[in-house]
Amino acid sequence: MTRGDHSDEDEGLERSGSGDAQPGLPASPERSEGPSREPLEAGQAERPRGDYSHEDEVLERIEAWRRRRPKLKDEFINSAHGAGGKASAALIDAVFLEAFRNKTLESMSDGAVLELPSGERVAFSTDGFVVKPRRFPGGSVGDLAVNGTVNDLAMMGAVPQWMSAGFIIEDGFSITELRDLVADMAAAALKAGVQIVTGDTKVVNKGACDGVYITTAGVGVIPAHVHLDAKSVRPGDKVIVSGKIGDHGVAVLIARGDLALEADIPTDSAPLGELVEHLLAAAPNTRFLRDPTRGGVATVLNELAREAEVGVVMQESALPIRNIVNGACEILGIDPLYVANEGKLVAVVPAEEVDAALAAMQAHPFGVDAAVIGEIREDPPGIVILNTGFGGNRIVDMLVGDPLPRIC
Amino acid sequence: MKFVDEYRDPAAARQILSHITDLAEGHHYKFMEVCGGHTHTIYKHGIENVLPETVELVHGPGCPVCVIPMGRVDDAIAVAETPGVIFTSFGDMMRVPGGNGNLLEAKARGADVRMVYSPLDALRIAIANPDKQVVFFAVGFETTAPSTAVTVLKAMQKGVTNFSLFCNHVTIVPPLKAILESPDLRLDGFLGPGHVSTVIGNRPYRFVPQKYGLPLVTAGFEPLDILQAILMLLRQIDEGRCEVENQYTRAVPEHGNPKALEILNQVFELRPHFEWRGLGFISQSALKLREEFAPWDAELRFSVPGVRVADPKACQCGEVLKGVIKPWECKVFGTACTPETPIGTCMVSSEGACAAYYNYGRFTKHQTVPVELTRTPQPA
Repeated sequence: MTRGDHSDEDEGLERSGSGDAQPGLPASPERSEGPSREPLEAGQAERPRGDYSHEDEVLERIEAWRRRRPKLKDEFINSAHGAGGKASAALIDAVFLEAFRNKTLESMSDGAVLELPSGERVAFSTDGFVVKPRRFPGGSVGDLAVNGTVNDLAMMGAVPQWMSAGFIIEDGFSITELRDLVADMAAAALKAGVQIVTGDTKVVNKGACDGVYITTAGVGVIPAHVHLDAKSVRPGDKVIVSGKIGDHGVAVLIARGDLALEADIPTDSAPLGELVEHLLAAAPNTRFLRDPTRGGVATVLNELAREAEVGVVMQESALPIRNIVNGACEILGIDPLYVANEGKLVAVVPAEEVDAALAAMQAHPFGVDAAVIGEIREDPPGIVILNTGFGGNRIVDMLVGDPLPRIC
Repeated sequence: MKFVDEYRDPAAARQILSHITDLAEGHHYKFMEVCGGHTHTIYKHGIENVLPETVELVHGPGCPVCVIPMGRVDDAIAVAETPGVIFTSFGDMMRVPGGNGNLLEAKARGADVRMVYSPLDALRIAIANPDKQVVFFAVGFETTAPSTAVTVLKAMQKGVTNFSLFCNHVTIVPPLKAILESPDLRLDGFLGPGHVSTVIGNRPYRFVPQKYGLPLVTAGFEPLDILQAILMLLRQIDEGRCEVENQYTRAVPEHGNPKALEILNQVFELRPHFEWRGLGFISQSALKLREEFAPWDAELRFSVPGVRVADPKACQCGEVLKGVIKPWECKVFGTACTPETPIGTCMVSSEGACAAYYNYGRFTKHQTVPVELTRTPQPA
């Protein structure tokens, strides 16, 4: 994280309705052609460019501004705070991190890496599951509750072993449906090789929750030779995605039934522990793993670009996306790069190991469609760029909140 | 994807681009794409950085979400917060700020605000909730207005009395005129709005060449559509022609859609004037329900504050919309005004010129090196 680097700018990004100078902006309202009045980041101002212009200067200033951690200004929670984008980051920073601050939490990854007195390391992660509808093609909230936590552990290089399960259930909920969901959890746990070893049950008044909410936590041991860290990512490394992207998010959207769209898209929910084991055996210098759940591949790569202070360039033509998912996204006006997956991972591997990594993944049932989708660059740091299939390129930024469909 | 990939073919694009580069040599051309959908395509596919430097695109006023003034958003929130109301809206309208926050914030405060994909969805919600008042936030140009009109007619036929319309439909020709009347404007032609023209046809744009001496080519929404339309504009200029042409023939009939126009005329009439964010009041530029549909008019059914909220002073959206300045030249762009905290209209929707530039455009011109996707380098 780059916290602290820009603390001087953390004050007062207020929306000003007047023409007064903005905090952090040059005092003069005129657009002067003179040199930048804001001290730019070291190494930024001096980047050699042939056509350095006023536009570049403005863009540099915006980049410095943009790298600040987003600030929480809302008084009430809204859906954007749960969408995994900038609003979520602001909430976590201002409320949770502020109160709980410690070194382990500050790493802000999908789970915590804890060192035992014996020197062994364990990974510990928790997640809540509130998806609606509870059942959709190919899975249910029960599968997700197990696979979500299993995958968070796997992304830290851990071998998932034990889990807890907590149920918050609405008064009047069908025990038959509960049984079905729990059976899904048991089956998923068996498949993932984890045991559910402790739990909790609460019943709340009708209307206080929507059916049933499930939280799970999990623990796994990290093998001694595994060291995954966003900061170890280097320019020239390759970015791999383990299969077709966007299936889960589109499956759930369609299963909600309010889009008048019909398509046969099952969720991709799957436990990734074994795939990770195979990948790490074939490409032992794998730098970084993350599962592109909420916020999708675009969000994972943006987080990586910021944490590692590198640029990520993707090739649109290389993105593995089902035609039917692409079609649904076109109709709805959303970008599959931001759509959730529940059985995919993004891996960054050194160029020398990319062949072995791909071969190992493609040999596993959950990695058949694995593909190299891009590479790490030195420049521009913190930014994800997509070379479009059409031959142009564009930025792929963090989302502000939930992706909202466009009107036309 | 069939019927889409054909219009995104890089080889065909290179061919058109080489013609564009030849024709545009030696002069700097500035074309305005009127429609927000075009702006979105241009940025999504990175079209600006494949065009020669002699062709510049200016992003026009055709984003229906962006042009809704702050006061109308406040009115919408007031209706949404009325007890017993279910307020329905298209998705990207939900984050548009008024003087007093946006609809998502109203929802967080407890208002029942729901996202719909079609006005007919709103009518369905009304039928399913007879004890509630269901209001649809109607926005959009002539593109979306016919579906709203059909919904009102259906509500009438079915006798649905708990459904009403907060109507903010606007029309495309008046703002085009307003832009053309602007003294500081310097354009060489227009990419005409494709979706709007499927309804109104090409004839309403004839005043552009006739009165203002500028060519207009109605364009589709795929990358090759945009490139071809640019080429058609350059050809007109090269051959000394100045007329309305249709690139989007696979969707736009010359006379539009008579059935849709008839329904529009049956349900709506022109308002004497309407405020546009960034452009101010434009006369006869918006639609309201005709008197016989008064029972379905939310502005009559609910008390809306109707207070005008001035555009923030720091905002230079008007100049951006007219192509006088580029988004990055605005003094609040990217710092005080960002997609998270938009001040002006152009930053509001992803179709807005500033939001599109902020989200997709920054920095890319330096990064055109393709990714090496081949595997580990093989020994020779």
